Amino acid sequence: MLNPNLKLNTKLFDEDVEQVAIREGFGKGLVIAGDQNKNVVALCADLTESTDMHFFAHKYPERFVQVGVAEQNLVTVASGMAAMGKIPFTSSYAMFSPGRNWEQIRTTIAYNNRKVVIAGSHAGISVGPDGGTHQAIEDLALMRVIPNMIVLSPCDAIEAKKATIEAAKIDKPVYIRLAREKTPIITTEETPFEIGKAQIFFAPPMTAQVGIVATGALVHNAILAAQNFAQKGISVKVLNIGSIRPLDFEAIINLAKEAGAIVSVEEHQIVGGFGSAIAEVLVQNYSVPMELIGIHDKFGQSGTPSELIEHYGMGVSHIEKAVEKVMQRKGKTI
Amino acid sequence: MHQLTDEKIKLMEQKANEIRQSIIEMLVEAGSGHTAGPLGMADIFTALYFFILKHDPTNPMWEERDRLILSNGHICPVYYATLAHSGYFPLEELKTLRKFGSRLQGHPHREYLSFLETSSGPLGLGLSQAVGMCLADRMNNGKYSPKQFYCLLSDGELQEGNTWEGAMLGAKEKLQNLTVIIDRNNIQIEGYTEDIMPLEPLKQKWEAFNWHVQTIDGHSFQAIVEAVGQAQAVFNQPSVIIANTIPGKGVSFMERKYEWHGIAPNKEQGAKALKELKKNA
Repeated sequence: MLNPNLKLNTKLFDEDVEQVAIREGFGKGLVIAGDQNKNVVALCADLTESTDMHFFAHKYPERFVQVGVAEQNLVTVASGMAAMGKIPFTSSYAMFSPGRNWEQIRTTIAYNNRKVVIAGSHAGISVGPDGGTHQAIEDLALMRVIPNMIVLSPCDAIEAKKATIEAAKIDKPVYIRLAREKTPIITTEETPFEIGKAQIFFAPPMTAQVGIVATGALVHNAILAAQNFAQKGISVKVLNIGSIRPLDFEAIINLAKEAGAIVSVEEHQIVGGFGSAIAEVLVQNYSVPMELIGIHDKFGQSGTPSELIEHYGMGVSHIEKAVEKVMQRKGKTI
Repeated sequence: MHQLTDEKIKLMEQKANEIRQSIIEMLVEAGSGHTAGPLGMADIFTALYFFILKHDPTNPMWEERDRLILSNGHICPVYYATLAHSGYFPLEELKTLRKFGSRLQGHPHREYLSFLETSSGPLGLGLSQAVGMCLADRMNNGKYSPKQFYCLLSDGELQEGNTWEGAMLGAKEKLQNLTVIIDRNNIQIEGYTEDIMPLEPLKQKWEAFNWHVQTIDGHSFQAIVEAVGQAQAVFNQPSVIIANTIPGKGVSFMERKYEWHGIAPNKEQGAKALKELKKNA
């Protein structure tokens, strides 16, 4: 049922599926981007190891700038470096960059259309024990409203690595959303990645009754939910969206046309986030019933990642319920 | 820099007067904008563009040019007027300030005027960008290039934390070809800086941040040129020049009045101001 063309990780349904943190993919990708282009530089606000920027900082110390605990400085200095031909990558926790320095990003990077990559790590509620202050569940909303900004939200470490390498090549400001916790590997090195392209990851061999569009690590939960339906003979397709801006309108509309009902899945506030972006596409192009999985107007709290994902309604069972509900709304019962 | 002669100073005084006249004319035409700051900075802009900066108006993107980063974008009337008087674009275009479709946006925007080093307006963002540019230039060359980096700050925006974050990194990185010039005119939109949020002791603050500090009369061409020369001679340390200026300089009824920070003269006030400037030309 996994899309064979994409050479996905066939072990992703296993209990002991390999797990790697998405941020680690960023860290490894940044080294490759640095190998490929000597203009790639990196800046960090005292979270080099936490954001896995240390791989780059160790290999290219002369191209690394430590700005201290100063996220506003982080991005404004990066903007200045971009003006002189550098390709700066900045990293911090998403809560602080772009959380704290949003206006600096807007004015000095996006308004100037500077090629700067802003990596926001520890995004989502799965940061866990650190609690609500450190759980960025608004960052996609903050970044996708800024003109010129590319917004990438990889589903696993391998996709994050590819997104990082591609981000260095695109002549625009880029935001990459990263997560702290180890999460299942969904793709493989062979899986293609292109900014602006969405991919059907899971597709039973019949017309879809519901389409799930998902982003980030929760793509795994979405696939598990779809697999459970497939075992009951119900066709649910899963579209992975690693690029939220630009968004692959065609893939979303095609899925809506085929399935007639959509569920969006994100580890983020549903207001203004990924699901909202999908809804904007659908209402303007092909309206179908839609349910949104994500955080509903609440702050997070301390807990283990799985406790929090369950508590805030983003577990496999919640996705299944949303699929059932949206099927009912389009007039079909299970 | 070449020799500063009395003749050159006289020419710059004349040029600064013309720039002040342009500022008044464009603000009257625009009907809104900032007046006091631009008039107060006319001498420094003149010294930069007509004596200090390495630049080429016929080739604005010349790679070897010195970089000038204007942080407090709201004083753009003096920036635009100086660029026009330097030959970057026709003087006539100054009348489009703040109008629909103009290259001369209310606050500078690179998308509209592509040879600006940056867009600005929101305060406190310029120094960090200048630090980034200077740092990148040193990385590009493996050492300091002959380029000089100048960053113009207002005193009011020293109340922004981002400015001091940039100051810390500039000192950490020992950016010796970075010179900051602070327009110390003591006013901001709602009053005097020392009433709104005191900045003094300002010299000691910058010294404590490990910058080389000079305090000068921001209306003396001799002092401006000498201070910049001194700043460039400093080793392993960025420099700041606190330039004492008179807001509204050159127009007696505007001078030292914070009320002229954020408003434009009407036609009558503009005519009166122009008359005084022409008399003193």
